[in-house]
Amino acid sequence: MVSVTAVDAAAPAELGRRLAELGFLPGEAVRIVARGMMARAPIAVRIGTGTFALRLFEAACIRVCPEQPQPA
Amino acid sequence: MEALPSAPSPLIALVGNPNCGKTALFNILTGSRQKVANYAGVTVERKEGSLLTPSGLRVRILDLPGAYSLDPLTPDEQVTADVLLGRRTGETQPDFVVCVTDATNLRQNLRLVLSLKRLGLPMVVALNMSDIARRKGIVIDAERLAAELGVPVVETVGVKATGVRALIKVLDGLAIPGRTRQAAVWRTPSASDIEYDQSEVRRILGLVGGDRLDGVTISDRVDAVVLHPVFGPLILAGILFLVFQAVFAWAQVPMDAIRLGVAAFGHWLGAALPESLLKGLLINGVLAGVGSVLVFLPQIIILFFFILMLEDSGYLPRAAFLLDRVMGSVGLSGRAFIPLLSSFACAIPGIMATRTIQNPRDRLATIMIAPLMTCSARLPVYALIIGAFIPQRTLWGGLELQGVVLFGLYIVGVASAMAVAFVLKRSGRGTGFQALMLELPAYHWPNLRSLGIGLWQRVEIFMSRVGTIILALMVILWALSSFPAPPPGAAGPPIQYSIAGHLGAWLAVLFAPIGFNWQISIALVPGLAAREVAVGALGTVYALSATGDDVSGALTPLIAHSWSLPTAFSLLAWYVFAPQCLSTLATVKRETNSWRYPIIMAAYLFALAYTGSWITYRVAVALLS
Repeated sequence: MVSVTAVDAAAPAELGRRLAELGFLPGEAVRIVARGMMARAPIAVRIGTGTFALRLFEAACIRVCPEQPQPA
Repeated sequence: MEALPSAPSPLIALVGNPNCGKTALFNILTGSRQKVANYAGVTVERKEGSLLTPSGLRVRILDLPGAYSLDPLTPDEQVTADVLLGRRTGETQPDFVVCVTDATNLRQNLRLVLSLKRLGLPMVVALNMSDIARRKGIVIDAERLAAELGVPVVETVGVKATGVRALIKVLDGLAIPGRTRQAAVWRTPSASDIEYDQSEVRRILGLVGGDRLDGVTISDRVDAVVLHPVFGPLILAGILFLVFQAVFAWAQVPMDAIRLGVAAFGHWLGAALPESLLKGLLINGVLAGVGSVLVFLPQIIILFFFILMLEDSGYLPRAAFLLDRVMGSVGLSGRAFIPLLSSFACAIPGIMATRTIQNPRDRLATIMIAPLMTCSARLPVYALIIGAFIPQRTLWGGLELQGVVLFGLYIVGVASAMAVAFVLKRSGRGTGFQALMLELPAYHWPNLRSLGIGLWQRVEIFMSRVGTIILALMVILWALSSFPAPPPGAAGPPIQYSIAGHLGAWLAVLFAPIGFNWQISIALVPGLAAREVAVGALGTVYALSATGDDVSGALTPLIAHSWSLPTAFSLLAWYVFAPQCLSTLATVKRETNSWRYPIIMAAYLFALAYTGSWITYRVAVALLS
């Protein structure tokens, strides 16, 4: 389990915006739930309570870091 | 549906994320016959219905396409945003918004609620799928949520009539004569807006609950198998194969029943009616033609049963996930899978479903190859020829040879679609990345009610085509095949002397190199209007060219005797590529807003069909001689 730090500033604007709309926002927890057969792509990513299929170049726009322990 | 003239009844818009159950809710509220499914973007058309509230208020309800935000990226979202902002020509701005949210996925859905609130239209938030949320142990404090948002919040269950009572009560209170419409104000959300929304969502979720991030859900466990790199594709192949086997095996009994029924009716009619022109029209034209198309109703029902089940359960986006790499290798988006799969039923809904593809070039490529997916209208033609020429034999493992051949024809269609897509990709200018970003919604048990509605819609469409286009064409074809009458003392079957006979003889010259006789050549013409008509037309042509009285005899043994095997294969190949039915071309014109693409499409499909049939015929002749 990792959490999103940011959507890459170098990502195409539309792509970054859509990722943000789907919930890929700083601090949200993400994890990979499945990978495709060929070249291990695309990937299925859990964000919050939703799951999205992403191609690798899309996923590459998301910067992540190991998840911070949740404040109690 | 046309907007009603400026009646005083308020216009209510249903807005929500894809997969929030909005369409099901719309069906319950309006009783509208509309398809319900849970892959992203099923709602591509404008759907309006009306509801009479208990106090006698008539409200109009508009089902807007699913949207993740009001800052549109797809044509679907553009429609939603434009309607809400009153920017869409010919569309009045809604008086009231019902924001439908998935109660099990509030974290994602609340962002849309917040941006709708910024719009300033009066609204209510519907916590939909509240039954599933409760079963999952998600408890949402609706009152607190209403207080935090400053708008009413009601719980709804979109698949149960009793699940919308609270919502109807809110709508009932809308009788505001002389209400003043608030101007919707829109500004593109800035980075700080997005940040603010996110912190708001977190704050509100913290207060009202409903933010249980379950560790491993049932859907996850299913996905562990269904999306598995090895088992996933095997399951997909198995499902597709099962569908095609079922289409042949399960349909046999009802098909025989229909065939016998039509034949019995023909005999009865033949005995009851005096010899006349009308009798010829009824038995040889109407009954022989329509009967031979009607017989395929069971197969169409079975095919749609499976497609609707897969849609409704949430499996379709998974199939798109599994096939994304394959699609990507020919330059298509995994999203193209859903329109393409719909095209197996009919290219028209498939082409309309391409509206959910963001990239215009991607979308065009998907539209262009959609007709290569074997639509259900081609099934009657395949079934007839396979039934006549492929022996009923069981291969190892209990597989039916006929089913295997049918599956093979579908595969050829898919393979040629991939090849065409690849050529398009090569010829097109590079457009950068093709996005996937497809939501994989939680699995649901298919809703029997919406499955029933969906199937009934298909039956209605098919039957109304049989009753209108097909019937009319059959009558015209019968007339063309009956007049002028043969000269006295003529030796051959009467149809040879008719207009159709002459037309067929002329077309037969064009089609002779690919092995078609004049009967087939005639049948291809009405087949342009609707492909399945070709079978009916063959029925009519053969019924009339039979010199005996055996007009109600089945078509199958007839063609089995009069066609050579290469001719049969050639016709199968023709129908893999079969030039478009006119309604598909009309849809392409509408969707691309230009005549250019339907013309290109018709031309390339004709070229493919002729080439494919020619090669098939020549190879078959060479191998069999």
